Amino acid sequence: MELLRFTTAGSVDDGKSTLIGRLLYDSKSIFEDQMEAVKQSSERKGLQHVDLSLLTDGLRSEREQGITIDVAYRYFATPKRKFIIADTPGHIQYTRNMVTGASTSNLALVLIDARHGVIEQTCRHSFIASLLKIPHIIVCVNKMDLVDYSEQVFNKVVEQYHEFASKLDIKDIRYIPISALDGDNVVNHSENMTWYKGASLLNTLETIHIGSDENHLDARFPVQTVIRPHADEYHDYRGYAGRVAGGIFRPGDNITILPSGLTSKIKSIDTFDGPVLEAFPPMSVSICLEDDIDVSRGDMIVKNNNQPEVGQDIDVLMCWMSAKGPRPGAKYYLKSTTREVMAIIKEVIYKIDINTMQRLDQDTDIKMNDMARVRMRTTRPLIFDEYRRNRITGSLILVDEATNETVAAGTIHA
Amino acid sequence: MFNKYYLNHLQELESEAIYVIREVAAQFDRPAILFSGGKDSIVVTHLARKAFWPARIPMPLIHIDTGHNFSETIEFRDELVSALGIQLIVGSVQQAIDKGRAVEEQGINASRNELQIVSLLDTIEEHKIDAAMGGARRDEEKARAKERFFSHRDEFGQWDPKNQRPELWNIFNGRKRMGEHFRVFPISNWTEMDVWNYILEENLAIPSLYFAHHREAIYRDGTWLPNSEFLVLREGEKIETKYMRFRTLGDITITGGIESDADTLEKIVVEVSATRSTERGMRSDDKRSDTSMEDRKKQGYF
Ligand SMILES: Nc1nc2c(ncn2[C@@H]2O[C@H](COP(=O)(O)OP(=O)(O)O)[C@@H](O)[C@H]2O)c(=O)[nH]1
Ligand SMILES: [Mg+2]
Repeated sequence: MELLRFTTAGSVDDGKSTLIGRLLYDSKSIFEDQMEAVKQSSERKGLQHVDLSLLTDGLRSEREQGITIDVAYRYFATPKRKFIIADTPGHIQYTRNMVTGASTSNLALVLIDARHGVIEQTCRHSFIASLLKIPHIIVCVNKMDLVDYSEQVFNKVVEQYHEFASKLDIKDIRYIPISALDGDNVVNHSENMTWYKGASLLNTLETIHIGSDENHLDARFPVQTVIRPHADEYHDYRGYAGRVAGGIFRPGDNITILPSGLTSKIKSIDTFDGPVLEAFPPMSVSICLEDDIDVSRGDMIVKNNNQPEVGQDIDVLMCWMSAKGPRPGAKYYLKSTTREVMAIIKEVIYKIDINTMQRLDQDTDIKMNDMARVRMRTTRPLIFDEYRRNRITGSLILVDEATNETVAAGTIHA
Repeated sequence: MFNKYYLNHLQELESEAIYVIREVAAQFDRPAILFSGGKDSIVVTHLARKAFWPARIPMPLIHIDTGHNFSETIEFRDELVSALGIQLIVGSVQQAIDKGRAVEEQGINASRNELQIVSLLDTIEEHKIDAAMGGARRDEEKARAKERFFSHRDEFGQWDPKNQRPELWNIFNGRKRMGEHFRVFPISNWTEMDVWNYILEENLAIPSLYFAHHREAIYRDGTWLPNSEFLVLREGEKIETKYMRFRTLGDITITGGIESDADTLEKIVVEVSATRSTERGMRSDDKRSDTSMEDRKKQGYF
């Protein structure tokens, strides 16, 4: 059984919480006591129906305000796959939460109210999905019951979205007409929309091919920590522990340590369950080398014939996440894979209006939830790939030196 | 599958957890594993073993002892610690009460669950623990669904759910000021079912309490509450002997069991996959209010 991580965002009242509630409910992932609690809460609030959104809106302030303000993670499984949903709010002031949810997802569910068609929030969410290189998008045209299950209405929305999405960099987009409230085309095929010949939403989620989403070409192994047992039996053992971030490693491979440039050969790839002949993403293993050379946390093991960039000047698309904008000339801890260096923002090249996808060349004043293209300079070399080649070695966060808060997330572009 | 280079979901979750545990060892000076004796902390401990093999787990286990334990849990804990060859730190709720740091709850529903917070925070402070790893999962409870892998606690050990650090990709920010600490949850993305399937696949030892056995209990609030020296009978309640087991382990005073004949791991997995209620529903501490978990977590609970 494979794991599929997806994110959902949509504007308020498009039916996102209802849809998630339905997926959980119909896949029998909601337990009776949870359902009972939701029923009671719904009754207390004087609602006619059971409000499935109460299942996902967990924090006191969210329940009071009836909105989703943070990322909530939800889980369900079918016999075919296990799913992790990063449920995020769609409002512009929660762009950073959307970015957070998108960062670990292979797929985005975009909800559109059939009556309203493509609106600003649809575009914003899709744009974020494309910036974060989510490979698959499923557009759910919801509330089909309110437009008489009309094929024309559905086609119009598809056309609208298609035109907008042609400007985005997304490989795989699919469209499904649904009614989250009644369950049409969510799990089962809808009797009300016999004109729709495609798969139901759940069926699509279960079968969409995600096997080639990982990068299997560029071998990358950021070292997390060095394992040195203090036992006689393993006296000279030195294992470089980490999680494969790209490519495939095998014993015998000729490797280079970055940034030092020292070379060696892989002696063995170890796990608690025994040595392995191949290590690929996202496996956690320990690599032992033929030579006793200096390797430590923050270094990267790569193959000789395929190396990432090593440099101190980087071009970053970043999302600012903190209430206070960057201080002029401020230094930040920059964390990328297991490496940490100091960095400054040298120049804001432009900001992006995430509703219209326009560049704002004149406006370089970065505020919370802004997306901006910046040039950064680091104190020590960074080891990276372009984000579109590798989402792990191409991503970074900035941590404020004074407050220790994570203030920005960025994708590396050159 | 189309290519052989993929992990199944349990392998992927295992790999993710090992990655998180190694980040903890790398980013903190004095990390520890919070060990309750329950299945989730057993899984975390096992994952830590895998993360550092062939070295020993480079951090101690912390157990908060409420004094209201199942004796089976304590035996299990001691055996595990000696097999792993690592340090065990015990934080005692009884001591906190004796010292006047904590005040025993009164009444028929009294439990020492909340008092664990005091002992836990005291223990963390006393041993200068800067990262405490626990087995909490996001699927357990709605406040936990919002929890980060690396969860920051202020100098009072408190959680501020509205002001959490964003967590992107797999980059974890463990920076903190003196006196602050982190709670880290390596199995955040696991469900109860994943935990059981993993225990089965790895054939992990777990306390006998999880397997069906004969036990004296009373029926209260929809579960079978075990008889113990702490139990105060209410009117109409009578002690019966049941063939039962526990789905989750906490204090003996608050952990209810279910009637069951699942006496092997295989049978437990089958039973859990067919159950229609959450494991937390067995615990009276979570039933106190809609947001009781959030409220306790803010104060410093696990
Ligand atoms: N008629 C109809 N109403 C829906 C449908 N999906 C959601 N709704 C209603 O739309 C409202 C907003 O839904 P909710 O799930 O809270 O939206 P969210 O803000 O996107 O999470 C609720 O009153 C739902 O009952 C649908 O398919 N058809
Ligand atoms: Mg909602």
